[in-house]
Amino acid sequence: MGTDNAAKGNPIGAALVVGGGVGGMQAALDLAENGIMVYLVESRPSIGGVMPQLDKTFPTGDCSMCTLAPRLVEVGRHPNIELISYAEVKSFAGEPGKFKAIVRKKARYVDEKKCVGCGDCWGKCPQKKHGPPSEFDAGLVRRSAIYRPYPQAIPNIATLDRESCLYFQTGKCRICEKLCKAKAIDFDMKDEEITLDVGAAILAPGYEIFDARERQELGYGRFPNVVTALEFERFLSPSGPTGGEVVRPSDGEHPKKLAYIQCVGSRDEERNYCSSVCCMYATKGALVAKEHDPDLHATIFYIDIRAFGKSFGIYYERARRLGVRYVRCRPSSIKQVPGTKNLKIRYFAENGDILSEEFDMVVLSVGLRPPKDAGRLMEVFGVDSNEYGFCAVSVFSPVESSREGVFVCGTFSEPRDISETVTQASGAASKALGILSEARNTRLPAPREIPPELDVKGAAPRVGVFVCHCGTNIAGVVNVPEVVEYAQGLSDVVHAENFAYACSNDAMEAIKSSIQEHGLNRVVVASCTPRTHENLFRKTLPERGLNPFLFEMANIRDQCSWVHKEEPLLATRKAKDLVRMAVAKARLLEPLERQSIEVTGNALVIGGGVSGMAASLAIAAQGFDVHLVEKEPLLGGNFRRVSSLLGADDPRSKLKDMVEKVHRNDRISVYTGSFVSSLDGFVGNFKSTITGPNGQRELSHGAVVVATGAVEHSPKQYLYGESGLVATQLELEAILEDEQRVRGLKSVVMIQCVGSRTKDRPYCSRMCCAVAVKNALRIKEISPVTEVFVLYQDMRTYGFKEAYYKKAREKGVIFLRYEQEEEPSVVVGNGALSVSMRDLVLDMPVSIPADLLVLSAAIDPRPESKAVMEMLKLPIAPDGFFLEAHLKMRPVDFAVDGVFVCGLAHLPKLAQSCIAQAEAVGARVGAILSRKRIALDANISQVVDENCDGCAFCVDTCPFKAIHVLEYKFKGGIKKTVETNEAVCKGCGNCQATCPKKGIYVKGFTMDQLNAVIEAALVRETADVQTRATL
Amino acid sequence: MSESTVCQAGVEQDAMVQNPDPLVLAFCCNWCAYTAADLAGTSRLQYPPFVRIVRFMCTGMIHPNLIIDALTKGADGVIVCGCHPGDCHYIEGNVRMKSRAEAIELMLEDFGLEPERFRLEWVGASEGVKFAHVMRDMTRQIQDLPPSPYRTD
Ligand code: FES
Repeated sequence: MGTDNAAKGNPIGAALVVGGGVGGMQAALDLAENGIMVYLVESRPSIGGVMPQLDKTFPTGDCSMCTLAPRLVEVGRHPNIELISYAEVKSFAGEPGKFKAIVRKKARYVDEKKCVGCGDCWGKCPQKKHGPPSEFDAGLVRRSAIYRPYPQAIPNIATLDRESCLYFQTGKCRICEKLCKAKAIDFDMKDEEITLDVGAAILAPGYEIFDARERQELGYGRFPNVVTALEFERFLSPSGPTGGEVVRPSDGEHPKKLAYIQCVGSRDEERNYCSSVCCMYATKGALVAKEHDPDLHATIFYIDIRAFGKSFGIYYERARRLGVRYVRCRPSSIKQVPGTKNLKIRYFAENGDILSEEFDMVVLSVGLRPPKDAGRLMEVFGVDSNEYGFCAVSVFSPVESSREGVFVCGTFSEPRDISETVTQASGAASKALGILSEARNTRLPAPREIPPELDVKGAAPRVGVFVCHCGTNIAGVVNVPEVVEYAQGLSDVVHAENFAYACSNDAMEAIKSSIQEHGLNRVVVASCTPRTHENLFRKTLPERGLNPFLFEMANIRDQCSWVHKEEPLLATRKAKDLVRMAVAKARLLEPLERQSIEVTGNALVIGGGVSGMAASLAIAAQGFDVHLVEKEPLLGGNFRRVSSLLGADDPRSKLKDMVEKVHRNDRISVYTGSFVSSLDGFVGNFKSTITGPNGQRELSHGAVVVATGAVEHSPKQYLYGESGLVATQLELEAILEDEQRVRGLKSVVMIQCVGSRTKDRPYCSRMCCAVAVKNALRIKEISPVTEVFVLYQDMRTYGFKEAYYKKAREKGVIFLRYEQEEEPSVVVGNGALSVSMRDLVLDMPVSIPADLLVLSAAIDPRPESKAVMEMLKLPIAPDGFFLEAHLKMRPVDFAVDGVFVCGLAHLPKLAQSCIAQAEAVGARVGAILSRKRIALDANISQVVDENCDGCAFCVDTCPFKAIHVLEYKFKGGIKKTVETNEAVCKGCGNCQATCPKKGIYVKGFTMDQLNAVIEAALVRETADVQTRATL
Repeated sequence: MSESTVCQAGVEQDAMVQNPDPLVLAFCCNWCAYTAADLAGTSRLQYPPFVRIVRFMCTGMIHPNLIIDALTKGADGVIVCGCHPGDCHYIEGNVRMKSRAEAIELMLEDFGLEPERFRLEWVGASEGVKFAHVMRDMTRQIQDLPPSPYRTD
């Protein structure tokens, strides 16, 4: 394994990505952005995976489709990605750098080049009501034989499903053929084989949900009101069959008592693993259902609540506060109540009592399992599977399969959530780049032709306004048609229309044709926030000859419909105001150009722990120089104290290897005992000072990686620091190396969540449960007679760590649960400790003697990170760890371009996740460093020479020293003026706000434009405030 | 009571306020305040629908004339929201804004406007809760004043 000596010479600058879910899409985009040609093979008719089916995503409550749609569009239009959908890889042979893949494209009986996705065919297909169960709607309704999986599908074309097509089955019909104006239907189409030459492959086929029928006692398939969590998502989703109404399948009534049952198809005999995501999706489902109907009672039956990811803890607490009820048990059976079709759940309470309770509707939290095709796929690619049927990987190579040059990401190797899947996808891309980097830009298609830019200078503005429903996110509150009508009456608006989703491919196409049809020269989209979507729309404009900066957004979702849910009338008025303001600005927008500057082709990595080293290696493997700064005299960070690992032997020697690899790599310069004393600049051009034992060094670099790590919290309770018999888990690692001492221990007690999940630290430190299990097993291994007790709140051994939890129980480790409000207590006497707690099963106090007490102490952000944060102005999450650009979709990026985060600085996590994150950073950094030049922001300052009299007020005000005074001869005298340095200006506008004479402005935020926005805001439409319910 | 109804209580229900339908402009910097405003949205935190947000790259970009013009052309109130001191994406735009704010406060008097009509607040990117709170508070503050003398509607 490992890619160190892969690809000797001339790799093929193309890669194969199998699976078009959120992971495959990310991997494809990362590779494509790095100048690699990507073939993205998807077995279904369209890409997107499971995310489009979900309603909202935890823990932000973002609408899943809204988060994904821009990505779908980006993949669909990326010139370096060739989408091969409805296809399967048949064979894969060769060696790293030079593989040959044979792909069979299934006949879809629709010509991809001709179909425009108009929908004439599927609208009239006679099988509409009798076709197979709709995959997209989780089988809740049927779909036509010729179909598009979902409205935002990419590619946006029809697919004819032979099995259910009347013509293919009976020889009669061909209605679609008659209806298709594009003449795209081709009943004679045959499967087609294509051969692809690639240098590497990434497997991202995703997962499949557990078939709940296998758990007969739960009644799925027999009782109509028992549904799976995926079906429930479709009920919640505005794009679902009920338009976002939660109803009971038996009678269409709104349920008032809802139950979620956890671990269906997880943590059982056959599937001895935890599916990792169900606790959170159930919490989310319950919360969203309660949002739909505040009177709904939601109960979640669970074994342990595993809310271990970023911001999950707060989310879970919020759900409890809002009345979601959590009951710890594993229901034994469900019976249907005749007549009402309600469901009676029988379960054992923790104290052994048998209880039963009636619900209107039951949702099964079905687990994740490998896709049906997994076995075949692994055989084709010649990669090993693990004992659970997932693709085998290892702790230190989390995205590498057993075959060199074939990488994996996402749920194919272990159940995981969206953000980890996205992280791993970038990680897999990064590893692939380690093989392919020298072949960057060798296999790309000729650049797509874009039409010459239309000259709009001097032309009267012709504004087009496009208003988004965002499913029901906007339209559920704001009266969208009214806003459209209103927009039509605004000056210079020549066209206005509405879309279900303005960011869908359909809508993009419609915007483009509107530009042409109505001769638009300014575009306004009223939808969500420009922070996430502005770029997407901007990229669309040039395809019809418009400068991308002739675009403005009105934020009528995040800043209107979502924050005025109970005020539809006033929210509609506000949406109109926001549209009017945007149009006012749009009318004055001017085309802008982006300058570009050279990129310094190396990176600075701050922190030399496992994450920092892995990131350095990943970047260096792509041929870029790295400066690695570590404040300790030795590399290795916290990991130097780890003496054993779950699922890997001998972490010490692994670490030693890694450190050696770093030192031996001549692309990596290591600065130990050093710290970054100054750091500024911007993407492509950072400057820093490293202060170390040998004085200071100035560096310049194109990207920055923050891997500053975290520290184990030093507990203030349980006699820590007072008694020598109390240690933390990290300290235990050292004790465990003294086997003699371990054998002398009669009883070891571990207390979990010491300092975690508290008021000050609402987060879960994530690794402690696995570490406790690991260390407990280690003690049992050294000394089977030593008694080990683990006192916990929830055992969070997610994913495959579950098996170790089980093994620990089998080996006699005793797990005792305590309630958050009833922490155990410890006293010392006669040189021994005694730990007391209330046993929840016996419902009585117990005390356990201990000759060693081990505290699973919380993981804290490292205080020194603060300096880095301040120098780069990086955001910090409420828990004190660095805040990434987007929890789900940009998990290792910062909002500040060119700066990335990985490892514990981002959140406590185990080594395997740290490494995956560090490798992800590799691909993200590579995409910057592999460019010779990088485009600058267009919104920078511009001097108006006629107005400037050289007073120089702006010169001192500029925080970046980008402005200089200039004198020149003019009409026989000397004219004073100022000049700006475009590469240094960041467009903050301090100059503009200081200038008394309108002598300098920021493009895209000129005084005239801002004035126009404000004046438009001040126009008051007739106040319909009287009609307001609450006044 | 659901969380949203709790927040809803922040919307002024008292018909006795002096200005039941005010217009408040919120000038937000892109990096912190505007982000926080979006976060208030994703968290579904409710605040009164009388605020109109204008996006600036930085509070340091806000020329004092824009604020004075808004107030003398009929806005009932203007609130500027930026990054906390030390967090400005452009180092010290917010510091500049702060010193301008002092000058603006002096000018309000000349125009016969109450000092409460203008306010400066720091709201960090992760402070969605604070953003919603500040908007509720500012709205209430403005509702307790009579409509702006410069209003023409
Ligand atoms: S960027 Fe927020 S105040 Fe300057």
